[in-house]
Amino acid sequence: MTELLVGTKKGLFALQGENGDGFEISARAFAGEPVEFAMRDSRSGRYFACVTSAFYGPKIFVTDDPSGEWEQAEGLTLPEGDDKALIRLWSVVPGEKDGLLYAGGDPGVLFESRDGGMTWELNKGFWEQPTRPEWGPGAGGMCLHSIATWPGDPSRLALAISAVGVWLSDDGGETWRHGNKGLVPRYIPEEAREDTFALCVHNLHRHPTRPERLFMQFHGGVYRSDDAGESWIDIGTNTGLPSDFGFPLVIDPDDPDSAYVIPLVADLDRVTPDGRVRVYETRDAGASWAERGDGLPAEDAYLTILRQAFGREGSGESMGLYFGATSGDVFGSGDAGATWFTAASKLPPVHSVRVA
Amino acid sequence: MAVVRLRAPLSELAGGKRELRLEGSTVRDVLRALEHEHPSIAGWILDERTTIRQHVNIFVNGERGREDTALAPDDRIHVLPSISGG
Repeated sequence: MTELLVGTKKGLFALQGENGDGFEISARAFAGEPVEFAMRDSRSGRYFACVTSAFYGPKIFVTDDPSGEWEQAEGLTLPEGDDKALIRLWSVVPGEKDGLLYAGGDPGVLFESRDGGMTWELNKGFWEQPTRPEWGPGAGGMCLHSIATWPGDPSRLALAISAVGVWLSDDGGETWRHGNKGLVPRYIPEEAREDTFALCVHNLHRHPTRPERLFMQFHGGVYRSDDAGESWIDIGTNTGLPSDFGFPLVIDPDDPDSAYVIPLVADLDRVTPDGRVRVYETRDAGASWAERGDGLPAEDAYLTILRQAFGREGSGESMGLYFGATSGDVFGSGDAGATWFTAASKLPPVHSVRVA
Repeated sequence: MAVVRLRAPLSELAGGKRELRLEGSTVRDVLRALEHEHPSIAGWILDERTTIRQHVNIFVNGERGREDTALAPDDRIHVLPSISGG
């Protein structure tokens, strides 16, 4: 039995089912409210939901049972008296110490919890970056969406923000530096690219068994880093992808040469190319990509898959892959993408998919 | 003291109270007093800038109010979600 947490424009849906079959809705929470992201911390068993009420602002709620009561976490706020307010929360990621979690949000902010996610504190080192007044948002806001920990080493972190690029820390988040070398923002004139940090990263993942390797989906570009995010290699040009634009990205923890992306046509046409829904897989670190679409809609299907809407469970040939679209469809694979089935349909627009 | 009327979910965060009497000379003062009395409601009506959230409407004696709207004793403040949405 697999449990999926599906954040949607109209609440959180917990789905349960077996691979190959349709999943059933086992719980719905935050009815009517946008849920940007939801996950379960396997260490504690706690569920987390990032909820952005259109009326009452962004919050994180926590529970041990998604069909039961949820409790609001404390401390997810910016310093009073400043001219900024927290707009949205995009991600929750377990850290590399007991009880440590990170949360990322808009406007480009990082929070830390050391008590398993009930209370949070703003990461001051990142908040006080001197260049912050010059930062600008992407179309989805200035979202800190990707937080890549380093297995076994809590001092090393990588963050990605749309549209403020990659940030690296070697001291547990006390100090930060850019990690943008090699990224090419085609949406900026060539003569203005060299010194810009207006870099619209859409997704970033570190490989757990070879942590100096990261994969990135960029706003027009797919990249790999082999030096812990210091520099980036183009793996999206002439490598078999129908487009290098897209949002989500997943890796196989068993294989440091693996990554999965879901290309969309382009930034001005954010739908699946040719009316066909396809996932693309690399097993050679991005030298080539292969289409994985057996069982996915192959005709008149113009779907949009958002950055947090692609999740995974397990690894290797039996790895489960699940993604949702703004059409309200959720698709799954129980064989690492070789074949696909429809897990759910007619949900509200899907913001995020994670395996509980 | 002003009279503050709340609806769910705000009333639930105020211990189930739909009506509270609170001190303050402006709407902001009264909402801060509400947060002080019921910390769970902090961040729901006023944001970090002590600005009323964009899609929350405040009515003072039936007329739209803002953070700095001055209050007289026994003024009635309604806190309501706006009719925006999608």
